[in-house]
Amino acid sequence: MNAASRTSEARAGRAMAAPALAAILLFFVLPAIASLFLGFTDFDIYALADIGNLRFVGLANYERLIENPLFWKAMTNTLLFVAVGTPFIVAMSLFAAMLVNSRWLKWRPVWRVALFAPYVTTLVATAVVWRYLLHTRYGLLNYMLSFFGIPPVDWLGSPTASLPAILLFVGWKTFGYNMIIFLAALQTVPRELDEAARIDGANRFTRLRHVTLPAIGPTLLLVSVLTVAGMFQLFAEPYVMTQGGPAQSTVTILYFMYEEGFKWWNLGSGAAVAFLLFLCILAVTLVQLRLAKRSGAL
Amino acid sequence: MTLRRWSVTLLAALVALITIAPLIWMVSVSFMARGEAAQFPPPLWPANPTLENYHLLFGTFGVGRFLINSVLISTLATGLALLFTIPAGYAFAKLRFGGRDAIFRMLVAALVVPGQVGMLPLFLELKAMGLVNSYAGALVPWLAGIFGIFLVRQYCLSIPDEMLEAARIDGASEGQILRRIVLPILTPIIVTLALYVFLSSWNDFMWPLIILADQQLYTLPVALAANSRQNVQDYEIMMAGAVVTTLPVLILFLALQRYYLSGLLAGSVKG
Amino acid sequence: MQMTRRQMAGALSALPLLPMLGGCGAREGGALTVWAMGNEAASLPALIKGIDWPASAPPISVQPLPWTAAHEKLLTGFAGGSLPSLGQVGNSWIAELAAIGAITPVPAHAMPLLDDQFGAVTDTNRIAGQTWGIPWYVDTRLQFFRKDLFARADYAAPPPDWTGWKAALHKVRKVAGAGNFALLYPLNEYEQLTTLALSAGARMLRDEGGRGAFSEPEFKAALAFYKSLFDEGLAPRVSMTQISNVWTEFGRGYFSLFQSGPWTIGDMRSRLAPELQGDWGTAANPGPDGVGSAAPGGSSLVVFAGGAHDDAAWDLVSRLMAPGAQLALHRVTGDLPARRSVWAAAGLAGDAAVAPFRTQLERATALPKVPEWERIVTEMQIVAERMVRGKFSVDEAAQEIDARADRLLEKRRWMLDKGRAL
Repeated sequence: MNAASRTSEARAGRAMAAPALAAILLFFVLPAIASLFLGFTDFDIYALADIGNLRFVGLANYERLIENPLFWKAMTNTLLFVAVGTPFIVAMSLFAAMLVNSRWLKWRPVWRVALFAPYVTTLVATAVVWRYLLHTRYGLLNYMLSFFGIPPVDWLGSPTASLPAILLFVGWKTFGYNMIIFLAALQTVPRELDEAARIDGANRFTRLRHVTLPAIGPTLLLVSVLTVAGMFQLFAEPYVMTQGGPAQSTVTILYFMYEEGFKWWNLGSGAAVAFLLFLCILAVTLVQLRLAKRSGAL
Repeated sequence: MTLRRWSVTLLAALVALITIAPLIWMVSVSFMARGEAAQFPPPLWPANPTLENYHLLFGTFGVGRFLINSVLISTLATGLALLFTIPAGYAFAKLRFGGRDAIFRMLVAALVVPGQVGMLPLFLELKAMGLVNSYAGALVPWLAGIFGIFLVRQYCLSIPDEMLEAARIDGASEGQILRRIVLPILTPIIVTLALYVFLSSWNDFMWPLIILADQQLYTLPVALAANSRQNVQDYEIMMAGAVVTTLPVLILFLALQRYYLSGLLAGSVKG
Repeated sequence: MQMTRRQMAGALSALPLLPMLGGCGAREGGALTVWAMGNEAASLPALIKGIDWPASAPPISVQPLPWTAAHEKLLTGFAGGSLPSLGQVGNSWIAELAAIGAITPVPAHAMPLLDDQFGAVTDTNRIAGQTWGIPWYVDTRLQFFRKDLFARADYAAPPPDWTGWKAALHKVRKVAGAGNFALLYPLNEYEQLTTLALSAGARMLRDEGGRGAFSEPEFKAALAFYKSLFDEGLAPRVSMTQISNVWTEFGRGYFSLFQSGPWTIGDMRSRLAPELQGDWGTAANPGPDGVGSAAPGGSSLVVFAGGAHDDAAWDLVSRLMAPGAQLALHRVTGDLPARRSVWAAAGLAGDAAVAPFRTQLERATALPKVPEWERIVTEMQIVAERMVRGKFSVDEAAQEIDARADRLLEKRRWMLDKGRAL
């Protein structure tokens, strides 16, 4: 290949990548970096009216957040969602994937689509539906539970039940996506391996632990990283279903950021929250990667 | 073996039924008369199916307007996203230019950063550009789709270099190569990407909630959330609203699910 | 290469297109746009049909905002430069909107619209020597009580002075029986405490709203009285979310008295069991030595800054404030009219449940008018709740509220120093 065509290729490459890169720079990278700086200012409703009212305040936003009990409430709630929700959703997805992957299953594509369907529905719409499903008196869920002699649970009205209730919804909404990822990985696990273990007398659980899980290790990691990131980004669920209540038990970090930024218009302090959110996701992802490396999954 | 076969299938059917039950129930309640659903035990089917809720929704609540907004914003978002990401994805896969690999590594690293981190400064940026409370403001995040670039690049890697070289020798320009050779090969992934962007922008909530102020511009999810906070008791109408909001994307998905599922796998597993 | 350039040009040319798309937004065009909320927004088109809007004036277009998001949306509209000509806003938001320059002062020719209004309500809209909005309808909070239980304790109504009031509550509680309380002051609501504070004559902020005045004796008296209601077992230590259904609990006698606004009258009539309909009443708030005060509420009509139709907007305001239109608004929404003359025309004096609202509105006091107010009272209530739960003494709580208020007002003090605050 001659030098002229090499140059023209490079020029074309740059030209084709430029618009997307410009947009990413302008609407993603720049704001993300600006968030860090905004977090050091007291940008508020006064500054919105007149930029002359903006002051550089150093770490004051962070200091105030640390003193703010609602921030800690949001932080603990979010971490609870991550800690309880991730294993729950990953297990649920893996179970669904193994079921759909079962060699004895008939009409596989039908079940695959049905289980995936909630994922493509509109979050806000299904959150509204679930709010009624979870209704204390008229909800379908409590009605079902009543057959097992379980008294009505005030799902969205009690500070202890609200988190499991929202998790149930989030699990229902997202497991289909994870299931598809697991499914692809499971299809690479040789059936003979599983079969051999079965003939050796290994039970279902041992086979899962010693044959299936090791084979899909990297996928397990990917799914849990995605789920953790998703758990950190819960917003519409509390916004629609509980408005952060009861007793602030469902205020998530993103919900807190929204209120700080767009309800109270403390954009400086909101940006500080956003930056802390980023640090959290980064930290958890790094820890997961390290754990995975240590256990040899990667 | 047949027993096993049936028990597994039965279990799958049961799980699938539980999974889609909320959606079926949503549709069912939307045809109930007002106040019918608020009973114990909760009725599963409408006693006398009625379209009254939908009449109210499109009449009094003016849902048609939000439907138009949603269709418009999602369609534009899809078109723009494709226009921006396909050439970029191809360039990152197949065209050698200085700094390409370094930039791409940075993009991959940036995937970890959730878009919400920059939301507040982005709002101020768009305020400066005069785009707050406009469709354009709602569209902006879709231009910066790293995932799309990633998906297209992944797919382009499988195109043999010889094919492109041959076209170059025949005197085709780089643009012609993209249009005549690469785009046809990319068709499946373009459908996937288009579907992905359309569904995501249709379902998106937080950003339109922030950037759109007046109700005339609301998308369906934003309008539904606003109304559901206000009219909690109106069970049946809210359900009809949920149906209008989610049914279009659900149908779209069912029609094109083959592309969507396989395409997503290509992007996520190799990623 | 040509094609590539064209492609790039195509993509890049989409960028300048964005502002054009922005133009597709709901620009006003020739119409006079009005933002309104909830019931008022729903009834406004009919109201406007009823007034005699001149054909030469710009056509009116009403856009509803959901109440739950209205405050945020007003500020988004301000940030985006897309506020309409005219709007309905909660009275408590006026200080904030005026401070950021989002609304214009009422011109002299519209001032007569305030003539027969309630003093405390119009005072709420007066900031820095100017009036920023015309109150459209009014409300305030007072006590709803169980007549039958008070009668069994030998009271026709709750006594108006704190000492007598509390003694009555003790008796009512005995009448109501074990496990029940006398009143419900939910720990997550700040209105009860601010009402007590206003009744005690507390000003709550000092130095032009630059610092908290929660350690002054008047506020401490209110705070101590508030705390004693829980300490003496008159009110349960619960927040509103723990009360599953106010109407059921009120009907059951779990509490015999609570505080709310005129919107509750309709709820009482529709939701309380029919056999209890004769057993509830309303009364003005108690004060340290006789009828107390309350914070005036309701919505005002404001004209936003920078609109194209200021004159037409004020014209519409004065037509909406005309007695006939005020009466029509009351008939459709049940809102209490802002003009006192309309109360008589609406026959409100004869309604025993509504009449005490008149008394209370005549004796209301404006809350401090600073943009930070809602955050301050939110913090105040968090501290008050902890005090009630035993974490603070009255003095410590007062001090803590002051500290938090001062922190929230730091920016305002800086603005005052620079002469930039209203």
